[in-house]
Parts: sequence; structure tokens; C-alpha cells
Amino acid sequence: MAGFDKVVKSYAEALAGLTDDMTIIAGGFGLCGIPEGIIAEIKSMGVKGLTFVSNNCGVDDFGLGLLLEDRQIKKMISSYVGENALFEQQFLSGELEVELTPQGTLAEKMRAGGAGIPAFYTATGYGTPVGEGKEVREFDGRPYILEESITGDFAIVKGWKADRYGNVIYRHTAQNFNPMAATAGKITIVEVEEIVEPGELDPAHIHTPGIYVNRLIQGSFEKRIEKRTVRSA
Amino acid sequence: MALSREQMAQRVARELQDGFYVNLGIGIPTLVANYIPEGMEVMLQSENGLLGMGPYPTNEELDADMINAGKETVTAIKGASIFSSAESFAMIRGGHVDLTVLGAFEVDVSGNIASWMIPGKLVKGMGGAMDLVAGANNIVVTMTHASKHGESKLLTQCSLPLTGAGCIKKVLTDLAYVEIAEGSFWLKERAPGVSVDEIVAKTEGEIVVPDVVPEMEF
Repeated sequence: MAGFDKVVKSYAEALAGLTDDMTIIAGGFGLCGIPEGIIAEIKSMGVKGLTFVSNNCGVDDFGLGLLLEDRQIKKMISSYVGENALFEQQFLSGELEVELTPQGTLAEKMRAGGAGIPAFYTATGYGTPVGEGKEVREFDGRPYILEESITGDFAIVKGWKADRYGNVIYRHTAQNFNPMAATAGKITIVEVEEIVEPGELDPAHIHTPGIYVNRLIQGSFEKRIEKRTVRSA
Repeated sequence: MALSREQMAQRVARELQDGFYVNLGIGIPTLVANYIPEGMEVMLQSENGLLGMGPYPTNEELDADMINAGKETVTAIKGASIFSSAESFAMIRGGHVDLTVLGAFEVDVSGNIASWMIPGKLVKGMGGAMDLVAGANNIVVTMTHASKHGESKLLTQCSLPLTGAGCIKKVLTDLAYVEIAEGSFWLKERAPGVSVDEIVAKTEGEIVVPDVVPEMEF
């Protein structure tokens, strides 16, 4: 590695330093825009006691759901965790802790965490179980709750294209939580479909500037579809 | 006759205006997209990061990177934009979405809504619902007026954990269109052939009934 070149040669190198009980921020919405190869490597590493901050937890045999098989996840911070029988089973048995967080608040917790803002006020969740025990403050007569930001030991991100300097572009709605996740990891790993040379991507069209990215790897993706809905032509 | 799901969607569609940005929840709200009046331009927002959601793709258009908030494969219309989840909820929380339509288990006379959690049953999560109800100025809740067992869902006080407090002003049920103001429900319209008495009987919270309650027309 030299200068700004973020490319690593292997998944083992990409995940070097990941140990038990760490917190990982993950991009993705359902199975859309998830770093498949990085998840597979975390599974094969066998690290345990992980806390994942991710909108969802995959399905039984794909995405973060794969890490439930060997009970590697201790806690999920998510907005929606349906569609996953193993998840249900581990949650009901008390093995898996879940902190349900409104989707917009979750996105903002990552964004603010990565931007050096430790907490923020939001009206979302006021008067609901989410607001219980949280500081309330009124602005212009409306109550808001104080939500704390999130950062992680690692962030795992799925991009479309990146240059070797780690400037990343996402494709379509596979963007979702990925740009925020990328900012919120002490070590941010990005897995992309294609790595190009610096200068090949339009600087004005970069979604995640390379300053946030520590390690970059080219993966190959199954891109499984969770709900295949089509119309006749 | 109680309204069908399609009629409920049709009635909600009358709340649309040309140039509206609209977020439609799962279920009956999704059907509203089928009743956008001819010649009216409406852009659908999907909270996973898409403004200008189009119809489902053809087999040829199918793309795993193109989904809606219900995780269904979709398309984008011409003039759509795609962005991050933080950006998406900035537009929702910031009150930029003109109309939000979503389902619920219960609403009450204070404008509270419960739609995500039934204690004792497995909780899957609130997704974006709490952000949507907290951020939108113009929300229409669609639901049946009473449960299958005849229990009212329009209450003095929600019995289930809330999704949002004091944020609902418009409710369309299979029996009536009701607004919420000053700590009461206000009966505005009734489904064709449904009597005011039936609506009042099935509304647990206080409901104000004007002398004339027009029937909806379809």
C-alpha cells in the first residue's frame, strides 16, 4: 500500500483487527447493497459477541442472517428485523439483544456519528416506547427527544465503483445506508464491483470521498432479490 | 356497504394535488398509486432513498439494486432521484413530503397513532413509520373502523404502544372519513349505504356528527 491507495489484496487483510465483542456498522437495506464478501469473511473468521448497527439482519441464509447460524451476533441495532426465523428464535430465547430504532433516527445516528456530532434532537419517537427515558426538550413549543449518535470499530460498506483512492459511487437504491455507514467506522471497509484508476470517476459525482475509506476490495456479488415483483411487458 | 380496499385507495387519492410528493405505506396506501387522476403529476417517495418511484419492472428491467421500502423490485420514473437513507429521512423529517398515507392498528382523539407493536406478539420493528408520522404535516391513516371482533379502532386513548403522539388529523376507514381536532373525531363523510348510527356505534372515542353527513361517491 502506498499513499492514498486503499486497495487490499484479500478479505483477511480487509478485516484484520476485527475481534470478539466489537461494534460493526453495516450498510444495506434488506438484501440490497450489502457487502456480501465481507460478511462471508466475518463468518469464516468466527468472531463472536458482535454488535451490528444495520437497518435489517438479512434473511435466514443470506446477508447478516448468515452470522446468526454460528451465534456470532450479540446485539442488533435495527429498524426492522422481520423475514428471519433464526433471528426470531434467538431473540425469543434471549440469546440475541435487539434495540429497535426508527429508520430515520438510525440513519441520522450514523451520519451524526461520522460527522462528529455526539447527539441530536428529533421529534421522531417522542411519546412512544422509543422516547422512554430520553431527555426531552421543547423547541418552538414542540417536544423533541435527544438521541445519541453511533460510531463503530468497523464499518462495512457495499459500493458499485471506486477508484484506488477509495472514492466510492453507489448504484441505484443500493446506496441506502452505505454512505452514512462509511463515515461512522474507525476502520471503514468498502467492497465494490469494480475498482478503477484515480481520475476515471467524475469528482463531482463521488458519493463517499476516499477520506472515509480505509480498505477497499473488489468482490463478486450474488445480489439476491428479496421480493421479486414484476409486471408483464 | 363498507368500502373495499380499492374504494379506500380511490377516496384517499382525492387528497392528492398536482405536484405533490407522496409517501405511501404498505397495503391499502400502496393501492393509492393506481388512482392518481389523469393529467395530475405526483411523485412517489420511497424511504429507502428513491423519489419518483415507478411501476414494477418487466422481467427485462428487473434489477436487484432497484427496490422500494417494502424491498420489492421497482423502477424509477423519468425525473426521479436516488439518494441515501439520511437524505431520504431529511426530506421526511423536515416536512418536505406533501402527503403521507399509512395504515394503523388504532388512532385516538388526541391524534395519537399506534401501528407497530402489539405487546405479547413478536415485534418486527417500526421501520420508517415513526419518522414519517413525526415529520409529515399531512397524513392520512387508512384502516378498518373496527376489528374483526367488532372492537373500535377509533379510541379515546390508544391502548397499544404509540408510533407517534398528536400527529394524526385525517383518518379514512372502511366506514367513514373522519378528521381529528380539538380532542374529538369529526365525522365528515360516510361510506355509501353506511348509517351515521353504525359509525357512531363503532367509534369508541368522542365523535362530533354534523346535521348532514354526505355519502362518498364512486
